[in-house]
Amino acid sequence: MTPTFIGRIQTRLFLLLVIGLPWTIIATPLLPRHLGVGTLGGLYATTFTALILMGVLGVVIWEPLYHLGQQFRWEKDWPTLFGLITVIPEAILLWAVLPAYETSPASGWTFLFHIFSTWVLIWLFAIGPIKIFLVRYRFRGGRVL
Amino acid sequence: MEQQSIIVQSNELAAPIPDPDRPTPGDLNPELLGTSVWTDDAVARAQIPVFDVPLVTVGGCIGSFVLVDLLRICGVPTNQIRTLTNLDVPWQTYEYLTRVSQIPRTERLRSDATGMPDNIWGFPSYALREAAKEKTIAPLFNVLVEPIFTDYWTPRAGTAFEGMEKEARRIGFAETLAKGQVRLVRRRHGGGYYTILTPPPGATPTRRIAYRSRFVHIAVGYPGLRFLPDLQDYRQRYQDWTHVVNAYEPHEQVYEELKRRPCVVMVRGGGIVASRVLQRLMEDRWNHRAPTTVVHLFRTFISGTQDRGGPFWRRKGGNGWAYQGFNWPKGAWGGQLKESFEKLEGDERANLYKKLGGTHTPKRKLWQQQMARARAEGWYHTVHGTVEQVGRNEHRQVVSRIKLANGSMQDIVADFVIDATGLEGDLRDHRIMADLLDHSGAGRNPMGRLDVERTFEVRGTRCEPGGRIYASGSMTLGGYYAGVDSFLGLQYAALQIVDDLAAQGFCARLGMSRSMGQWWRWARNRPV
Repeated sequence: MTPTFIGRIQTRLFLLLVIGLPWTIIATPLLPRHLGVGTLGGLYATTFTALILMGVLGVVIWEPLYHLGQQFRWEKDWPTLFGLITVIPEAILLWAVLPAYETSPASGWTFLFHIFSTWVLIWLFAIGPIKIFLVRYRFRGGRVL
Repeated sequence: MEQQSIIVQSNELAAPIPDPDRPTPGDLNPELLGTSVWTDDAVARAQIPVFDVPLVTVGGCIGSFVLVDLLRICGVPTNQIRTLTNLDVPWQTYEYLTRVSQIPRTERLRSDATGMPDNIWGFPSYALREAAKEKTIAPLFNVLVEPIFTDYWTPRAGTAFEGMEKEARRIGFAETLAKGQVRLVRRRHGGGYYTILTPPPGATPTRRIAYRSRFVHIAVGYPGLRFLPDLQDYRQRYQDWTHVVNAYEPHEQVYEELKRRPCVVMVRGGGIVASRVLQRLMEDRWNHRAPTTVVHLFRTFISGTQDRGGPFWRRKGGNGWAYQGFNWPKGAWGGQLKESFEKLEGDERANLYKKLGGTHTPKRKLWQQQMARARAEGWYHTVHGTVEQVGRNEHRQVVSRIKLANGSMQDIVADFVIDATGLEGDLRDHRIMADLLDHSGAGRNPMGRLDVERTFEVRGTRCEPGGRIYASGSMTLGGYYAGVDSFLGLQYAALQIVDDLAAQGFCARLGMSRSMGQWWRWARNRPV
């Protein structure tokens, strides 16, 4: 990937919307509920909150940091592997922040499964098939608009 | 001419000067040659047959192919396009150059996995294709962890050629071909252009034919590859074409001779071609017991990471070389560097080119190991300096007088000199280009090459109503897009050109639904 800063922000929000959101809608009923007592509605509230926070924290904290890191790379690229493993610090921060916003706390496994599966789907889509739909994507630094 | 330079696009020899009193029917006459903007009457008077077609692409190399591919995808029938070329297949020149510079079909190019002349989407990538074909996940793992834990994955030359062959069949590329050598392109009174083609002898009743078109696309590859002036001088002075060779000309005889007797070879240049030549020399020494000593001359010797403008601009280097994966930093093809180039004009753009440019080679693990072993075995030596003069001694060996970096002079005697500097010729070395500069309003960009707009339209050459000339490839280096001389760059140029053509109503725009539909056709190898 060779993102620009605006391209990073757009890609993140766009993919959370077109991949993350449908996936969350499909996957949430399949996730283990907290101690078996939580309601499906409560779980949806939690997974949607996680998704929104992934967008907000990404725009405010992570993408600026990644973009700064990219400046130290001669190639001014963002290796495919970085795009995958950055889920680890993001998930840790998300897990720390989430309790402040969620109404029905989810278990660690539920959280992990939701975040990691969403991230991997988004990452896979961004490194390949997105170009079928947006043929100029790879020349525009990740901008979709 | 041939003694001085290697003309990659084998230009025809200069035509005999026409006799003004007895013009040959069907040939260029002084009236046409002397007029920048032609009238239909003047062409008719010369009795040159005229063929009408909306778009011609001149060159027929990979640049033409990628554009025709995209036009076909955007709904243009083959009868609306003529590819004017003397090549049988689009990759002919490229395959020739890669083969003689030590990249046969089985070896890997220096090209990204998604720079695919046969697939405008770049998906599925060459890496996926190779993984599927050879039933291995190794290429996928490679692209996952590159360039942090492995070298950049690059496709085999053969993969690219076979892919183009398949795509050429799918889009009916052969139907667009008109064989011959393009002589020149001139503007036309009333809009559009005349492109003069010299068909193969005997193919047509007249010596020339003309294509009258609204659009012209020019993708003739390198204007020419030049010898270093001192080597050129040597070859002419001693009439010796065997001991001083260019890496881009066939020089297999050098390697064969090296296997027979102990020789000293001087390699000049610090780029990818030098790496390839050295790999060959090293492997011949180890595998075929060629008792060769190598002297590697660097004009610029890079001893470590280079500072090219502060903490954000540090390029790796060492042992003489500067290291970089591809011919520009990756961000120049589609990221922040591409945006920077797009915004800059004149000297500022030239300065960014300078900052990111220079000679470099990929840091490949195999090469690093081989070079380390060669250094340790003591038969590979580097020299840092500039050549003052090249001569010959009484044993008919090549003597290079070198001004070393410390200021002292040294003579280095070698049996062979291989020029791997890849010096490119001037725009004027190509006759079509020279004519465009002289007659059609084309100009030079800050790097001295052909000046094109962001749409790859050749600036200054419009011929209203409606006439546009576009150009893509190496000759446009120095414009708003740095990566022009690459598969991916040719794809970008084609997208920009086709977008501009779509805006003028010549073809459909490649929007989301067409893109999806056409990709699906591509994936099933169905006609466009």
